[in-house]
Amino acid sequence: MSNIVNDIRIVITGIGLTAPNANNLPDFRKALLEGKSGIEMFETRYLPPVPAGVCTFDKFKHETKKAARRGTRAGSISIYCANEAVIDSGYDWQNKDHSRAGVFIGITEHGNVETENEVHSLAKYNNDVKFWTHHHNPRTVANNPAGEVTLNMKITGPHLCMGAACAAGNLGLIYGAQMLRLGEVDFALGGGVSESIHTFGIFASFKSQNALAHHEDPTKACRPFDKDRNGIVVSEGGCIYTMERLEDAKARGAKIYGEVAGYAYNSDATDFVLPNPERQAECMNLALKRAGMAPEDVDILNTHGTGTQQGDEHECEAARKVFPSAPRPYINNTKSYIGHCMGAAGALELAGNIPSFEDGLVHPTINLDNIDPECQLDGLVINKPKPVDDIKYIMNNSFGMLGINSVVILKKFED
Amino acid sequence: MTGEGIRQAILDIIEEIVPDEDLSSVDPEKPFRDQIDLDSMDFLDIVMELRKRYSVEVPEQDYPRLLSMSSTVDYLLPKMESL
Repeated sequence: MSNIVNDIRIVITGIGLTAPNANNLPDFRKALLEGKSGIEMFETRYLPPVPAGVCTFDKFKHETKKAARRGTRAGSISIYCANEAVIDSGYDWQNKDHSRAGVFIGITEHGNVETENEVHSLAKYNNDVKFWTHHHNPRTVANNPAGEVTLNMKITGPHLCMGAACAAGNLGLIYGAQMLRLGEVDFALGGGVSESIHTFGIFASFKSQNALAHHEDPTKACRPFDKDRNGIVVSEGGCIYTMERLEDAKARGAKIYGEVAGYAYNSDATDFVLPNPERQAECMNLALKRAGMAPEDVDILNTHGTGTQQGDEHECEAARKVFPSAPRPYINNTKSYIGHCMGAAGALELAGNIPSFEDGLVHPTINLDNIDPECQLDGLVINKPKPVDDIKYIMNNSFGMLGINSVVILKKFED
Repeated sequence: MTGEGIRQAILDIIEEIVPDEDLSSVDPEKPFRDQIDLDSMDFLDIVMELRKRYSVEVPEQDYPRLLSMSSTVDYLLPKMESL
């Protein structure tokens, strides 16, 4: 296959995010280096309070009250992140051709929150459907979060949401890079979002699966690789990158956070929920191959690790297959701070590591007090940041239900 | 409910639908949509809220009667005066 298109270099020039412990990248990085969790006890329908991650961004910074009322939480998160990313990029947004911009947002699911709320509301009216809202369809179409961004920012290029379970955050970035390489857009907004904490169903389903985390201290509930881990902490969040072709970014003198060195996504084809370490390893190896890298070139591996028994073990097994030699890569996990931000997870977790290129630190995995021998990995950075010389490559893993795996490798920018 | 009560009820509904708008200077004789950023979906919200709050039905053929504040009050008075 020709690599002419794939040789076009793609860089990240702006980052907008909201996580349960921060609403911009500098604050997020600070929280990750200080071990600051964003998890709290959260009230949801029909269940006792559960540990969850809630975002506190200023919803009306970039959106009118009317638009927020009409739209969705995922739309508001997307609008906040997209606007913050564009501002951060320094792109002359007002004077650019908005038909050449595109919005590509990964989602784990969309529409459950709105449907559940409406069903709940309808019960008050004896389930008479004449009280069912006319906003239901525009709120629940699968392109809603990305579509709300286009309405808000007057973007007339392409938009869509990629439904990719918990691998989705990486997919938004990958799809944005691909659209830039194909010449479909000149400016890509790509990332992932999640509003999932606002549906009781996601908590209840994980609980029925015996995979919902619990702990008397919510900040300690998410503990990937620890012997006492007991499941997933569900969170909301968002992270959107602005991406450009390198030549365009350089021409306008843009700040460059990093270069997309490689990526891959594949399918397990084995189970609805259980991951497959062989396919995960294949996905990591494919990303390395496309980046023209050897495993030992990777400086930081940010794991997907959600804090479930089998998921963590399987990922560690996959990582050992790909990276047999210590100490590199140094290995960390971001969910231990912010829980599982679902569609936003991959994008947020990569973002939290990008400042490593400049500050020379690997943020740790927290809440790892008694490592599970099945999760023993030589490079794990535990509970305090690790200073490391010359960080050039970050690999970010995200895996999801139905067996979808995504891997992104980001490279420190060097001209 | 009096005409004034209906006017206030409509204002309360519109305020919830378009919370960014200043409704203090709405001219009762001019069409809402010439003065406030109300689109067709917002208009359906008014109809829905009348249904939910006051059990008042506005059939589709009567939508043009909800053009301005004064035409809306005139239209709703017989439906709401007994509330």
